[in-house]
Amino acid sequence: MTYTKRHLVGLRGLTAEEITGILDQAASFKELSERAIKKAPTLRGKTVVNLFYENSTRTRTSFEIAAKRLSADTINITASSSSVGKGETLADTARNLEAMRPDVIVVRHPSSGAAQLVARHVSCAVVNAGDGCHEHPTQALLDLLTIRERRGDVAGLTVAIVGDLLHSRVGRSNLYALLALGARVRLVGPPTLLPREFAALGAELHHELAAGVRGADVIMMLRIQRERQGANLFPSLEEYSQYFCLTEETVRLAAPGVIILHPGPINRGIEISTAVADGPYSVIMDQVTNGVAVRMAVLCLLAARSRADAPAEIEPASEPSLGVARA
Amino acid sequence: MSDERVIVSGGTIVDPASGPPRPGDLVIDGERIAGIAPPGSVPAEGRVIDATGLLVLPGLVDMHVHLREPGHEYKETIATGTAAAVAGGITSVACMANTNPVNDSGAVTRFILEQAARAGAARVYPVGALSVGLEGARLAEFGEMRRAGIVAVSDDGRPVMDAGLMRRALEYARMFDLLVIAHEEDCGLAAGGVMNEGVTAVRLGLRGIPAAAEEVMVARDIALAELTGGRLHIAHISTRGAVELVRAAKARGVAVSAEATPHHLLLTEEAVGEYDTNAKMAPPLRTQADVDAVRAGLADGTIEALATDHAPHHRDEKEVEFEHAANGIVGLETSLALGLKLVAEGVLDLSTLVDRMSTGPARLLGVPGGTLRPGEAADVTLLDPKRTWVVDPTAFRSKSRNTPYAGWELTGKVVTVLVGGRTVYTDVTAQPVLRVAS
Repeated sequence: MTYTKRHLVGLRGLTAEEITGILDQAASFKELSERAIKKAPTLRGKTVVNLFYENSTRTRTSFEIAAKRLSADTINITASSSSVGKGETLADTARNLEAMRPDVIVVRHPSSGAAQLVARHVSCAVVNAGDGCHEHPTQALLDLLTIRERRGDVAGLTVAIVGDLLHSRVGRSNLYALLALGARVRLVGPPTLLPREFAALGAELHHELAAGVRGADVIMMLRIQRERQGANLFPSLEEYSQYFCLTEETVRLAAPGVIILHPGPINRGIEISTAVADGPYSVIMDQVTNGVAVRMAVLCLLAARSRADAPAEIEPASEPSLGVARA
Repeated sequence: MSDERVIVSGGTIVDPASGPPRPGDLVIDGERIAGIAPPGSVPAEGRVIDATGLLVLPGLVDMHVHLREPGHEYKETIATGTAAAVAGGITSVACMANTNPVNDSGAVTRFILEQAARAGAARVYPVGALSVGLEGARLAEFGEMRRAGIVAVSDDGRPVMDAGLMRRALEYARMFDLLVIAHEEDCGLAAGGVMNEGVTAVRLGLRGIPAAAEEVMVARDIALAELTGGRLHIAHISTRGAVELVRAAKARGVAVSAEATPHHLLLTEEAVGEYDTNAKMAPPLRTQADVDAVRAGLADGTIEALATDHAPHHRDEKEVEFEHAANGIVGLETSLALGLKLVAEGVLDLSTLVDRMSTGPARLLGVPGGTLRPGEAADVTLLDPKRTWVVDPTAFRSKSRNTPYAGWELTGKVVTVLVGGRTVYTDVTAQPVLRVAS
């Protein structure tokens, strides 16, 4: 069963088959990037708009290269979200882009739910390239592809995700996808960045790095954002790194053959030591390479269907009883 | 006109202040209620309203409404807001001070009352600002506003973070017997939150507001009410802990009261679903355990009033990223039918519902109405308890459409509404019920 939804706004609720289908497709695209002529005609005549309301070098470049290798026309829009209340609303921007008949809009935005908002106002496909603290599905898919390449089947693996889970869209997307594929997920961080509610989503919670990574097959480090320092979520970056910086010493507690992932950009010496980031178990550069393949797969799956073929319904309508208190 | 006799005949009188529901003919002379007679015992003189099969209620009193005028007329005006009120069976509204200019002066209070008189629908009782400009720094002139007609003071929408200011407000308000209405939310704990703190917020990546943000403020203000002897009223109570605090304070004899909104009685945080901005309000929708506690509090009298917190917003203010969307929903045209849903679910009985929607809030505000006893203002709501209808926001009389109840099938429809003996609303979709006796 391949992915048949119109949009990719998140990985929550996807089946193992849907996720595996995208990963299989991505794996088959990897070879294209190794050729001398890195171009396939798959999306010729299709238009991909990259609508980025946040700075991003890696993700935007990755989407653009993916689209270009499949021969799609790409447009990059770097918009400012600082003018809330002034300027054009996100819904209006979406409607205007839609009027130019793109096939895919790739959107990154600082507000959670922004990708759904765009999806509600357009009939083309929408790919969420990161919305606030909600989801970043293509990042998690490239992480999964990397894990699969190195460790084979994801099912049964113990994966530790370490850092600022509260604000991490990468952490959430990975949590949902890893659980769907049958991995055991440990979330590791200080209680201020790892609220108890994550347990209800199916994860094991750890507040001690050593306990969290002990015996883990995969360690995924999340970037700690420097601006969180002022919000009293932890006293200082120095103290944070004393407790949660992944060092060679901690890595030795993990299972033999452990691999270390990081979505980048890394803060050397804060959440990950330079020795670990550049060490033999680090697969950070594989992640970047796989990002292009995963985005090619996603664009291909969503754009290859012509606009007219796409199912009319955007997302399954929410249950009418959702949020209605019980009698 | 003013001394015309009106007989509302054949209905069931539901007047909690004068006993259990019973069949009876309501007799109105001019602007006041003359009495309730046994069915068929009054000669059919003057105007007769056939209320066969209908419930006859004291007009509802909604003590928490935002009418938006002056200043935000694109959301609502006093005319459209009071038209929406009477369509919902509400004959009196207390309107909050967060207008532009803020109602922190006798001049603004008088303007609101003049506009209300011009609109000629529901009675309007302005709530004055607690602090100048709602800025939480200096007491507004309670006396001047009281003389102009306010019934309570509140910085609603802006929690009073300065405990010293709240203390003085409760103390000074005693001189005018003014209710002090508190929007309880500790801004430090709520810091940037946009929905209830819990598993739904974690899933959606939205910043949460813990129940403790409300509870620490309720606890603080109860202590201040005890200190000062002022009359504290907790607006839109939403958490189990807050209900427990109010219940315990009342048991100690503290002058504290509370209101609950239909949404905190019927919806949980899960209604946010996939970023539905019509489920964004302050305080936020909470959990099932909180809903259960608020329901229990409404039933046992810990919470004396059901109020809508009617908060009209333009579509443009809701059709944005969830974190940037305006807080609140409209409520005037759905609250009675939603209240009846609670009756149908066995949360409380019909008389208790009418008490919480009419008698209780009228008593708290010290305004006319709330009962059908002889001599009272003839504010009457006739309700067909069996009619089902589907909530269609495009049919609202309110200027705004922000409701999470669109498409809900509700039972119980307002048929006719009298304010001061004058018919201010008749449901055009109902069978004609007015006839003039020969």
